[in-house]
Amino acid sequence: MSTTIERPATAAPVTHVGRPLDRIDGHAKVTGAARYAADAPVGDVLYAVIVQSTVAGGRIAEIDETATRAVSGVVEVLTYRNAPKIPAFPFDFTVPFAEQLAPLQSDEIHYDGQHVALVIAETFEAAREGAVLLRITYAPGPFQATLEGAHETELPDNFFGNAMQVRRADPEAAFAASEITVDATYSTPVENHNPLEPSATVAQWRDGELIVHDASQWVLGSRAAYAKAFSVDETQVRVLAPYIGGGFGCKGFFWAHQTLAAMAAKVTGRAVKLVLSREQMFTSVGHRSSTRQRLRLGASRDGTLRAVLHDVQGESARVGAFFEPAGVVTPMLFAVPALSVSHRVAKLDIPSTTAMRAPGETPGTYALGCAMDELAYACGLDPLEVLRRNETETDGESGLPFSSRNLLACYERGAEAFDWSARTHAPRSMRDGGELIGWGVAAATYPAMRSRGEARVTIDAAGTIDVASATHDLGTGMYTILAQIAADALGADPRAIRVRIGDSAFPLAPVAGGSMSSASIGPAVHAAAERIRREVISIATSAGASPLHGLRADEVHVVDGILRAKDDPARAIAYADVVRLGGSGALEALGVAEPGKEQEEYSFHSFGAQFVEVRYDEELARLRVSRALGVFDCGRVLNAKTARSQMIGGIVWGIGMALLEETVRDDRYGAVVTNNLADYHVPVNADVPAIDVLFVEEPDLKFTALGARGMGEIGITGVAAAIANAVYHATGVRVRDLPIVPEKLLGGAAQAAWRK
Amino acid sequence: MRAFEYVVADSSAAARALAREVGAARFYAGGTTLVDLMKADVERPQRVVDISRLPLTAIERRGDVVRIGALARNSDVAYDATVAQAFPAVSEALLSGASGQIRNSATIGGNLLQRTRCTYFRETRWRCNKREPGSGCDALDGFNRGHAILGTSDACIATFPGDLPVALAALSAHVVIEGDAGERTIALEDLYLLPGDEPQHETSLAPGELITAIELRVEPLHARSHYLKVRDRASYEFALASVACAVELDGGRIAQARIALGGVATVPWRAVDAEAALAGAPPDDSAFRHAADVALSGARTRAHNGYKVELAKRAIVRALRTVCGGAA
Ligand SMILES: Cc1cc2nc3c(=O)[nH]c(=O)nc-3n(C[C@H](O)[C@H](O)[C@H](O)COP(=O)(O)OP(=O)(O)OC[C@H]3O[C@@H](n4cnc5c(N)ncnc54)[C@H](O)[C@@H]3O)c2cc1C
Ligand code: SF4
Repeated sequence: MSTTIERPATAAPVTHVGRPLDRIDGHAKVTGAARYAADAPVGDVLYAVIVQSTVAGGRIAEIDETATRAVSGVVEVLTYRNAPKIPAFPFDFTVPFAEQLAPLQSDEIHYDGQHVALVIAETFEAAREGAVLLRITYAPGPFQATLEGAHETELPDNFFGNAMQVRRADPEAAFAASEITVDATYSTPVENHNPLEPSATVAQWRDGELIVHDASQWVLGSRAAYAKAFSVDETQVRVLAPYIGGGFGCKGFFWAHQTLAAMAAKVTGRAVKLVLSREQMFTSVGHRSSTRQRLRLGASRDGTLRAVLHDVQGESARVGAFFEPAGVVTPMLFAVPALSVSHRVAKLDIPSTTAMRAPGETPGTYALGCAMDELAYACGLDPLEVLRRNETETDGESGLPFSSRNLLACYERGAEAFDWSARTHAPRSMRDGGELIGWGVAAATYPAMRSRGEARVTIDAAGTIDVASATHDLGTGMYTILAQIAADALGADPRAIRVRIGDSAFPLAPVAGGSMSSASIGPAVHAAAERIRREVISIATSAGASPLHGLRADEVHVVDGILRAKDDPARAIAYADVVRLGGSGALEALGVAEPGKEQEEYSFHSFGAQFVEVRYDEELARLRVSRALGVFDCGRVLNAKTARSQMIGGIVWGIGMALLEETVRDDRYGAVVTNNLADYHVPVNADVPAIDVLFVEEPDLKFTALGARGMGEIGITGVAAAIANAVYHATGVRVRDLPIVPEKLLGGAAQAAWRK
Repeated sequence: MRAFEYVVADSSAAARALAREVGAARFYAGGTTLVDLMKADVERPQRVVDISRLPLTAIERRGDVVRIGALARNSDVAYDATVAQAFPAVSEALLSGASGQIRNSATIGGNLLQRTRCTYFRETRWRCNKREPGSGCDALDGFNRGHAILGTSDACIATFPGDLPVALAALSAHVVIEGDAGERTIALEDLYLLPGDEPQHETSLAPGELITAIELRVEPLHARSHYLKVRDRASYEFALASVACAVELDGGRIAQARIALGGVATVPWRAVDAEAALAGAPPDDSAFRHAADVALSGARTRAHNGYKVELAKRAIVRALRTVCGGAA
């Protein structure tokens, strides 16, 4: 095997890359052939159902398993009393444990919804019935599950490399001296990911080795966690996640149910299937922290920022470490001479918060985006114009120039496509029939990240091209873009390429998070495929039996899997024949790609502009998004169709965030009450208007040879601000806490207007 | 879910007999309420009697009465030409409910007997007087944004969630019930009981009684009817507030009006005083607002549902204006 290390240098050739190729896995998905974790073809499985605590603090006093064990088919009941001991989880983020707490290790209760028992049975029905019949009595203890009254607060310095307490110049003085000021506090609620596929794990021990079919956004991270939890070597664990039915962050870290499934398999000696219920998804795989964000903007009368002070208050679990870094965009998005950003995190007795759809950027662009709109109105200026006036070429935080920043072009193309110039400035000034119309805009941004990634490309004697990497496809299009990248390098048809991903036995890939998978794995596939192509051409031009014998490499090209002499197309040989000529059964190359010193020279970010129209039926407080347009600058677009779909998905979630989504806890109990999809509202088709997506495409060759900055999370950023701003424009009411539900629009001035 | 016995009934008499043989039996019609609640361990029938194959699906007109079989599917009724024409509010109410898939399964009888969506009722961990009489009510001081403001008691503030029964209440529908003593017909409103001190008693049905049909009268008042539903999202959600109304105009005046409210009350709520206030009034906004104020005058709100008073009033005004042919 040969290894090629990719370095950003020259642009990669593109033929298939960029095209709106249909998903190569689409057929399998719509026909049901694609097997998700819970569909794993594992025979003779037992079913495990989790029982969760119904108090937020205290201890388990008593457990009565009699009725449970009497259910026919129940095989075992695991509680802290009989569960195998598990070493304490290391909590340094080298292994992605979401919670410090290994499950079923003591009678202590740390939060409502903690897993306290596992019922294992021959059928799912018996396990469910057994779980319902398990009697657990608690000795409840005190707990703190609300920000109000929280006595333990942390001031984190750092969040995955981002400074959390930032100061630049003298922001207080600059704010005080500003001609125009805005001082407003915005809040966002707890939210849950709610992917279509609930988390599921099918675990099996075979000869000391653990095989897990898992709904995981990080097969290698999960592998490391299983190995640590069960004190085995990583090579003895294999985690498979070829298809994932959405994750949005809730399948990135390693959660207690994964440990429980493997534990149950170990105890019973059988394969065990564990699927979380929808209700359990609200407390078992993390949530987005609520935030309270005070923003003070100081500006000149012309709308240019002089000072920004952004104070974020959020929550974090006592058993976890994740929090919502909502201030991350503030130091880099606009030109700000004097700045302060602070994060305060209250430690609460709640399940761990986790990454969800652009953690930090999403609530951050909401608050900052609304404050910029408030500033525009305070200055009497068009909101888009104020965004334009605060444009910057350098990242104010690192001081580095952006590798590529086309935000102005996004504003411009968006304004044109949206017909922004037809907007009238005053709130309540646009109407259509009985409805008020509002237009809002906000900036979107997300960092371009990459991590070391590897991929193996193989051509066998039948000419089949195979691409393998331990990366993931959460419905994002990863299968398809990897085929497109390999196809370009190899002169092949992308549909003829077999892509295999989501297997910890494959070459190294990072978590499917931070929108970094394409930028990490794409160049690795490209490097491996280029290497193979060179080897194939070298064999074809040197082997005596080859029709291309004697030609120089540059006299040969490859089209549709056939090598031909450029000036004599009749001289040709197929890949398969070259492989056979080469004498080995297959040709194989490992491509490795990793960030280099360009990281010290540039700041890498994607940008965008979100434009939204809302319609408001004032009498009924009925608010609907009627038009949305996102214009994005994400470097090269690898597949116009899947990229567009990702951005549409982000905007739809942004609609949910702005108008609908909220996880409500009953403060008396510290427990989630909206733990189902009837009470936790996500947008349905009728809530989603026609959404337009445009790309301002400039390949970012400073980033990688492919020039793609990665796409995914940026789609949701800025959407909630654009919607809230549009709501203000339509109604004249500033709602500063999400979601914007009818009761926040009723009453006050709006009510008086209706009564008149 | 707990183990249960499943039996199929081949006649309505057999269904009733099978139901009465055991202490806790439930009829299974479309199953969309029952099975959900069984999974949540809220309904714990010993026996489930499948009535879905009984021949009670017809929609027939006899003279001025339209009789809809209890097992007619929500979708079939909503799209029935007679229903849509003679009782627009019924058709609109059905189509505003649930989703296409659920409406294809859900039956009319089951719809009448759907149970509250009160989140504290639907999970056994909470205190709930309706589920466990005497245990208390966690909704009173809990998260009660969706809860009722009319017809409540100190024991229970659960909202009746349905749409169809609200339209039926406005159109003075009757319910046909088959019991041991034969068939009886009651006004729809007499089917439902206010929570009072015993919210576990929701209907006036005796154990084992079967709903076989509903009946609606064809008359001009009912043909000029409308159902308006207000909710957070555009589809697939229960009402925050809803209004069914019917109006008969006589010259420039309202001859008679019917108003029923959904999403705000513990039962399908007929606003009789508001109807009386409209009789003889001109069909204009000031009359509609007055009627709305009257309809909500008895509202009792809790921490999170105060907005429903205003929202319901506005919905009443809009619905009346729409049905009287005024501008939207
Ligand atoms: C996700 C979801 C969303 C929904 N949204 C709405 C909505 O927006 N608006 C709305 O109005 N409804 C809504 N519903 C409720 C739905 O309309 C009801 O579940 C449905 O109408 C019940 O009919 P069924 O035939 O399925 O009843 P089943 O579940 O079969 O029965 C319900 C109850 O009625 C009893 N029963 C059934 N038939 C008879 C009979 N003939 N005689 C005596 N007892 C009987 C059963 O024993 C059971 O106790 C929703 C339901 C779901 C699951
Ligand atoms: S409102 Fe009624 S249904 Fe809800 S918890 Fe209270 S008693 Fe139970």
